[in-house]
Amino acid sequence: MTILQGNSHSLYRGARWCCLLLLLFCGLAVTAQTVSPQQLADLQRQVTEARSNADNAWMLVSAALVLMMTGPGLALFYGGLVRRKNVLSTMMQSFAMMGVVTVLWGIVGFSLAFGPGNGFIGNFQHLFLHGVGAAPDPAYAPTIPMQTFMVYQLMFAIITPALISGAFAERMKFSGMLLFLSLWSLLIYSPMAHMVWGKGGLLNASLGGRFPCLDFAGGTVVHVTSGVSALVCALYLGKRKGYPKEQFPPHSVVLSLVGACMLWVGWFGFNAGSALSAGSLATSAFVATHFAAAAAALSWMLAEWLIAGHPSALGGISGAVAGLVAITPAAGFVGPMPALVIGLVAGAFCYFMVVKVKVWFGYDDSLDAFGVHGAGGTLGAILTGVFASRYINPMFRDAQGNLTGSGLFDGNAHQLLNQAAGVLIAWVLAAVGTFILLKVVDLTVGLRVSEEAEALGLDLTQHGEEGYSLES
Amino acid sequence: MTKLEAVIQPSKLDAVKESLIAIGIDGLTVTEVRGHGRQKGHTEFYRGREYSVDLLPKIKLEIVLRDEVVDDVVKAILGAAQTGKIGDGKIFLSRIDEAIRIRNDERGSDAL
Repeated sequence: MTILQGNSHSLYRGARWCCLLLLLFCGLAVTAQTVSPQQLADLQRQVTEARSNADNAWMLVSAALVLMMTGPGLALFYGGLVRRKNVLSTMMQSFAMMGVVTVLWGIVGFSLAFGPGNGFIGNFQHLFLHGVGAAPDPAYAPTIPMQTFMVYQLMFAIITPALISGAFAERMKFSGMLLFLSLWSLLIYSPMAHMVWGKGGLLNASLGGRFPCLDFAGGTVVHVTSGVSALVCALYLGKRKGYPKEQFPPHSVVLSLVGACMLWVGWFGFNAGSALSAGSLATSAFVATHFAAAAAALSWMLAEWLIAGHPSALGGISGAVAGLVAITPAAGFVGPMPALVIGLVAGAFCYFMVVKVKVWFGYDDSLDAFGVHGAGGTLGAILTGVFASRYINPMFRDAQGNLTGSGLFDGNAHQLLNQAAGVLIAWVLAAVGTFILLKVVDLTVGLRVSEEAEALGLDLTQHGEEGYSLES
Repeated sequence: MTKLEAVIQPSKLDAVKESLIAIGIDGLTVTEVRGHGRQKGHTEFYRGREYSVDLLPKIKLEIVLRDEVVDDVVKAILGAAQTGKIGDGKIFLSRIDEAIRIRNDERGSDAL
């Protein structure tokens, strides 16, 4: 048979099948009854399951993206900024959190943050993840397994203490850091997460908190707490030997740039994933996140161009991170144009904080954890109160059930006070808590490496390794 | 036997190598170094902090030569590496006590 003959043969067979099926369908249509209640219930269950699977798929990807933000995103970003002799120790501070916080979260951290408790802290209901399984927790995320919710939140709990390491880079003992950040995770992160996102939380805008603070993905919970803690750490530990007279330029802005880009991409999981579903709110948060990052990168570069004469690569990526920090609380509440404005302001503001304010006060916040995360987070939390809109994400209703404004430009000036409440609580909890924990660790394990170790470098003295071996 | 050390601009390495090959010199050692004479460095900015970089990248050549060819080699290097501007570099000549070829234990000028 030639090819032509073969084709027409199979076409003929196909046509025959189609006719048969059509006849069968017509026959069924004529003879079919209305759909039974059982069939309808089955169909509804399947549709719900399909929607749930869609949400779960996105949430699992988001969780992975947020973990990637810590390793290698933050590890690279911070690692590139320190001197060569400290690159591994800096990266280890992020990497270690991936191990330590996971264990703590699984045992008790999640329960303290998201267990029902009181306004300030959860309880031990979910000790060892008891009760955290495939069934959703309708209060938190009705369409995904509670286990997904738990592991997603875990990734936030991992990156938050890792951010603080930017303040004490190049001089903190590894053992002291492990103890300090473990305590921090349980006693500062979990309570703050509970207050803003947990059942009964004092600041929880979604679940009827007394001071409903709009914090979509963790402007206060993650950035303000870690940033303020960073400042306290920098002041308590003191400056690196030789700072500011000696020069410590970054040993690899290349690594930092790669890390920062990973942070940008990962942040889609951080912000858009905080919609806890895969629908249009996730899209809205995704878009706002991206626009803020872009605008902030440009405004930092522009500020630097005008003031210092060159737009630097380090400036561009620092700006992008500042924008991402600032949009974190606002991502699911504002439109793309306000996001652009938030980014523009954040880039310039954080530039000013890092380049002028830090120099004026003289604290050695080595990698600008306070300047970018503390200051950027505070700014973002306040601007959320300015730009939040009910048309992006309906949050508040009056006694009659009508939708009311979310932010200042949406007719709700009062919200700024709630935002301030959230920011204030974050500042106080972080500052006081960090000081106490530092004291405790200082008196037990010790905080700072010896002067000799600091001179030799932490890679060698804390880890017995070299980041870049010249001999092999 | 004379040791010739030359510190030159990194961008002149290829030209110098070629000029040496042209006069029949086929052995040399090259290291990347940092340094300065009268040449000024530059300032870099990282997050608003100024860093003055005054140790500039240079290339150091080391060749051990028979005394008879030293003048030709110096001329060749000067011709290839000179720009007339501050930062061109320097050539140093010193005496060598002995040269030994590791492969077959040849000594003296034969080892060069």
